[in-house]
Amino acid sequence: MNVDYSQEGPVVAGRLTLAQIEELVAKPMDTKPDKKYFIALSISLTALSIGAICLGLTFFYGVGLWGNNQPVGWAVDIVNFVFWVGIGHAGTLISAILFLLRQKWRTGIARFAEAMTIFAVMCAGIFPAVHTGRPWMDGYLFPYPNQHGLWVNFTSPLLWDVFAVSTYFTVSFVFWYVGLIPDFATLRDRTSSKIKKTIYSVFSLGWRHSNRHWTHYEKAYVLLAGFATPLVLSVHTIVSFDFAVSIIPGWHTTIFPPYFVAGAIFSGFAMVVTVLVFVRKIFDLQHIITLDHLEKMNKVILATGMMVGYAYAMEFFIAWYSGVSSETFVFINRALGPYAWAYWIMVSCNVIFPQFFWFKKIRRSIPIMMVIVILVNVGMWFERFVITVTSLNRDFLPSSWAYYTPTIFDLGILLGSFGLFFTLVILFTKSLPVVSISEVKAVADGAQPTHHRGEHHA
Amino acid sequence: MHNDKKIYGIAATFKTPDEIINAAKKVSSAGYIQYDVNTPYPVHGMDAAMKIKPSKLGFVTLVMGLAGAALALLMMYYMMSVDYPMVIGGKPFFALPAFIPVTFELTVLLATLSTVGAMIALFFRLPDNQHPLHDTAYMKSVSGDKFGLVIEASDVKFDEKSVTDFLKSLHALNTEIIYYPEEVAYPIFQPKFIMFLIAISVVVSGGTYFMLNKLVYMTPFNWMMDQDKLTPQKPSELFADGRGMRTPVEGTVAQGFIPYPYKGQTNPTEVLANPFLPTKENIALGKAKYFTYCTPCHGDFADGDSRLRGQFPNPPTLHSKRARDFSDGMIYHIITNGQNVMPSYASQITRDERWAIVNYVRVLQRAKNASDADLIDMNKEAGSNVAN
Repeated sequence: MNVDYSQEGPVVAGRLTLAQIEELVAKPMDTKPDKKYFIALSISLTALSIGAICLGLTFFYGVGLWGNNQPVGWAVDIVNFVFWVGIGHAGTLISAILFLLRQKWRTGIARFAEAMTIFAVMCAGIFPAVHTGRPWMDGYLFPYPNQHGLWVNFTSPLLWDVFAVSTYFTVSFVFWYVGLIPDFATLRDRTSSKIKKTIYSVFSLGWRHSNRHWTHYEKAYVLLAGFATPLVLSVHTIVSFDFAVSIIPGWHTTIFPPYFVAGAIFSGFAMVVTVLVFVRKIFDLQHIITLDHLEKMNKVILATGMMVGYAYAMEFFIAWYSGVSSETFVFINRALGPYAWAYWIMVSCNVIFPQFFWFKKIRRSIPIMMVIVILVNVGMWFERFVITVTSLNRDFLPSSWAYYTPTIFDLGILLGSFGLFFTLVILFTKSLPVVSISEVKAVADGAQPTHHRGEHHA
Repeated sequence: MHNDKKIYGIAATFKTPDEIINAAKKVSSAGYIQYDVNTPYPVHGMDAAMKIKPSKLGFVTLVMGLAGAALALLMMYYMMSVDYPMVIGGKPFFALPAFIPVTFELTVLLATLSTVGAMIALFFRLPDNQHPLHDTAYMKSVSGDKFGLVIEASDVKFDEKSVTDFLKSLHALNTEIIYYPEEVAYPIFQPKFIMFLIAISVVVSGGTYFMLNKLVYMTPFNWMMDQDKLTPQKPSELFADGRGMRTPVEGTVAQGFIPYPYKGQTNPTEVLANPFLPTKENIALGKAKYFTYCTPCHGDFADGDSRLRGQFPNPPTLHSKRARDFSDGMIYHIITNGQNVMPSYASQITRDERWAIVNYVRVLQRAKNASDADLIDMNKEAGSNVAN
């Protein structure tokens, strides 16, 4: 296949008209959910309720139900937290960074990816909240004037995390909502149901598609994207500080911030591809979320996967090159110690399998791509597991070495977080436009003036 | 049919982006000011066609972003360096590098929230679901796939006939006269609505009360407090007498409470000697304790001028000849044992503090009854001749 790379291909395939685009995107909201929808919802709700039961038992009996031991005091809870925050990063990358880079193809997937960000951060938020042991006391994480006269410790990475994750959630949510306002207005004007119209009117805030408003709106979008970009980099940097600022061999490395950010984008894109493959099929959005979109995302997965692989190699190199014996010991243990199985799952899923994406046929083949991205998700979960558990299980005192195994409650809560994520995703697909109607209209063929005047041209 | 209504403006719809750009240019060069273009998405080049100035929204972002950074640093400076300074990990009280992450996050948070808030509330004047354009055929078509332009009646050049003709001359798909909607009254104080408000406030306040005052004392939230240990003043089934506290063995002396040998005597023949020299520190301690425990009755300068103003019998002055002739041990004995209506202060004031009070009473007595020789001594010490 010869492709002319000097010309950008059409973002929306099939030469859809504006009305057709709107029709396609609004269809899930105008029709009653079918049987498949309820089957999917019941599966995700089952997973969610298993997680809820495990969480409820953890609230009741305490975190002693988990497998955490001495010396592995941080285990699956932090693994899940880092995993979910990482998943969220793809959404902001697509909506903000690709926007600043003027990548028009992002419009088809930005809304969905942003929604996934919000849901993933909600899943992530569960774990630090619960691991405190008494989550109903979590209000103390925020600096408010209290009767003890105490303040939080602003020099602690764990406290930076509280600020980073809550800011990230708030800003992502606002960014998402701002993008939804024109779409709410469009839905308001096309619905015939009175209840729907009232709801859409409230959320559209009375948007009138006025060009005097679009001017400010576009400016605000650039500003928000400009802030979201460093924000997303800061969030995973700060998450990596949770480890890197400590003095545990295996954690205390300066490579962590970029390594974590690359890993977050890697796993996030894998999750976006996983979900989008289903969504575009179920809701007939193949013309808007095209195979080109998936291919481009697979390229990003390939690139970030190699960054992650480079980081793995560099960690080993530094462990040897630094000459710090405890550092060397940890890394030999990682690859050959009791958790070697986890390490090699991680390496094969994150470094080896994505290499198949060098082939264009594989990048564009949906079944093979599904297998690879799911393996990437597995691999990235194991990456956090390897970082956390293998650095702790053989600590400075050989007498306290212990093997860590997660209990059924640990795994139940992990399953529950997937249940929460997919429940929210499924509800989202039926209640809000999964593709930004106004943005996709703006990049459709013939949507912009044809004249060539000044700096604006189509 | 709408003749009795007020006109908001006249709207025209167009089919292609090229046409709307062209129309906007014509309208703007014809001198209309109060007009707007409504498009389902931002059309490139429209700002130039309408001669709209670039958005000033960025200034809000700049100011509020800087404010966020300043507030964050100020907050952390106050909390970590002023209100509760504590050395953590050997860092300085104002550990700037460690404060950067939170500063950055709060900068972003305040900048984005205020940008969006200002855009919606100040720049757009939204929410506004009562705008005349809503629920018109015009709005429905520009929300979909048409491009519309509306010239408002508030424009000075507005004239129903000429504007309609002008818009038609631009090859509009169709034109529509937009009227102000009838005033919709919202009777806020309907009984239903009031009941709704009352119900919400009852639920919210009741829920808050329950959570803060009941829930955290329920199982399992109270498990932290429910521990298998003996606490003072609490019953225990472990002991035969059912008490958690044990009576000490007879003759047990609590630390710092060695029994006082002259207890109950009014004028013991032999009394203790003062073990403390009247040093600056000791007198300062005595002064502090004197002010806490003695001044209510004896007065600030031991004149017997009670601050209680007759609610309790006034004690005699401590500057009498008799009081000045007391030995240190006698004053100590009176504080320890009490005298007449004065109770014992043995349980409130420690031994050392009682001796310090004695030293301070001596200071007061000397000061109130100073001789000329004392003044000379004082000048010598102070290196001045103030007292001359």
